[in-house]
Amino acid sequence: MSRTLLLVGTRKGCFVVESDADRRDWSVRGPYCEGWPVYHAIFDEDGTIYAAAASEWHGSAVWRSADLGDTWTHSSDGLAYDDGRRLSKVSTLAARHGRVLVGVEAPGIFESRDGGETWSLLSTLSGQPGSEVWDDPGNQPPGHLGISAITCDGADPDTFWAIVQGIGLFETGDFGRTWTPRNRGLRADWPREHEEVGFCVHKLVRSQVDGDRMYQQNHVGMHRSDDRGASWHEITEGLPTEFGFAAAAHPHDRDTFFVIPLDPGHGRTMPEGRAAVWRTRDGGSSWQQLTNGLPQENAYVGVLREAMAADSHDVPGYYFGTSTGQLFASADDGESWTEIASYLPGISSVEVAVLD
Amino acid sequence: MADVHLPMTLMPLFAGLPRRIDVDAPTVEEAIRELDARWPGVQDRLCEPGPAIRQHIHVYVDRQRATLETPLAPGSRVDVIAAISGG
Repeated sequence: MSRTLLLVGTRKGCFVVESDADRRDWSVRGPYCEGWPVYHAIFDEDGTIYAAAASEWHGSAVWRSADLGDTWTHSSDGLAYDDGRRLSKVSTLAARHGRVLVGVEAPGIFESRDGGETWSLLSTLSGQPGSEVWDDPGNQPPGHLGISAITCDGADPDTFWAIVQGIGLFETGDFGRTWTPRNRGLRADWPREHEEVGFCVHKLVRSQVDGDRMYQQNHVGMHRSDDRGASWHEITEGLPTEFGFAAAAHPHDRDTFFVIPLDPGHGRTMPEGRAAVWRTRDGGSSWQQLTNGLPQENAYVGVLREAMAADSHDVPGYYFGTSTGQLFASADDGESWTEIASYLPGISSVEVAVLD
Repeated sequence: MADVHLPMTLMPLFAGLPRRIDVDAPTVEEAIRELDARWPGVQDRLCEPGPAIRQHIHVYVDRQRATLETPLAPGSRVDVIAAISGG
C-alpha cells in the first residue's frame, strides 16, 4: 500500500500531512523547523526533505530531514554573498541529480552537493538584461526582487529554469554559467527597458509527460509554451481573472492543467469570496470552474505561488493550501474537494510525494 | 569568565547548547566565536556577514546595549536577546 505525503510550508514551520493510497483520511504531523517561517519545502528524489526557511531573529537556513520529518538539521554554511549584496531570504528550492539548489533574495542561486550541509554561490545571473536593477545597491532586500522559483530538467542535469521576480524567466543549459531570457510572447502592461525582460512571471509549470509543454501564470495572464519556453502565447480567455499564483499540471496528460485565479487588486483572494479551481483539458482553449466541496460564501482566501501540487497516482490528486491555513485535496482529478486541515498557519508551499 | 545568557530560540537548534554558559573571551565577537567553535553554526544564527549582530538580535553587556567590539571583563554578564517580534 503506497503512502501519499504532503509537505506543507507555513509561516510557523513545516508540517507533514499523510494518507494511504485512498487519500481519504489524513493525519497531520508538525510543526517542524522550530516554527521558523518556511517559504518552500520539497522532497528530493530519495525522499529527503529540504525546507527553505528564514527566521526574523536567526536569519536564513535550509533545513533537512532524512526520515520524513522525524529529525531535522539545518545549515546556512556558505549561504551568504561576499560582495556586499544582502541575502535576506531563502525563497525556493529544487533538488535533482544529486544537487540541491536554493534561490534567494537578492537574486542568486546557491548549490549544495553534500545534501545541504554546505552551500556555494552558483549564479547571480550577472550580466543578464535587468541585472543592473537587482545588482543596484539601492535595490537590495528586503524588497521585492529575488529568485522566486527554480525548475529542473529531469533528463539533463545542466538545464534548469529560474524566475527573477518582476524581471522574467531565464534558462541555463550549462548549470548556471550562461543564461537565456525565455519571455518571448509574454504580455506586460507597463513600460520596459529591455525587449527580452521586464515581465512578471508568477509561476512556471512544466508537463511531466511532454517537456516541451509549459504553462505560466503571469501577473497579467495565463500563458502556454509548446517549445519549452522559447515562445509563449496567452490562454487567459475563459478565466475569471488574469491574475494568480498557484498552478499544477496533470501528471499524465499534457493538455490538462489547473490554476487558481485571484483578484488582482490588494486583496488577491478568490473572486467574489467563492473558492474555485479552474481546469483546462485542451491546453487552455477552454476552462471549467471546479467548486464541488469548496466554500462558496465569504471565502476570501488566497493561494501563494508554491501552494499547489499534483500527485502521481493514476487518477491524480491535487492539493492546495491557503494563505490563511486551510488545506484542500482532491482525489478525483479535481472533480471534488475536501478540506483536510483547517487551522494551519498561513501556507506558503505544498508539495506531494507518493511513497511505496 | 563572562556569564553569557542565550535566547531560548537558540536551544533547539544546537544539541547540548545551554541557556546560560561561562565564556572566556575579551569581546562579544570573541565570545560568539568561542560558542561557534563548540556548536558550529551559532555565529550564523546571531550574526550577519560582515560580521554584524543580526538586526533582531540584541546584545547587552552589564545591561548596556553592546556591539561585537564591546569588551568583556571577568564577571561580565552578557544577555543575548531575541528582540520582540509580532505574532
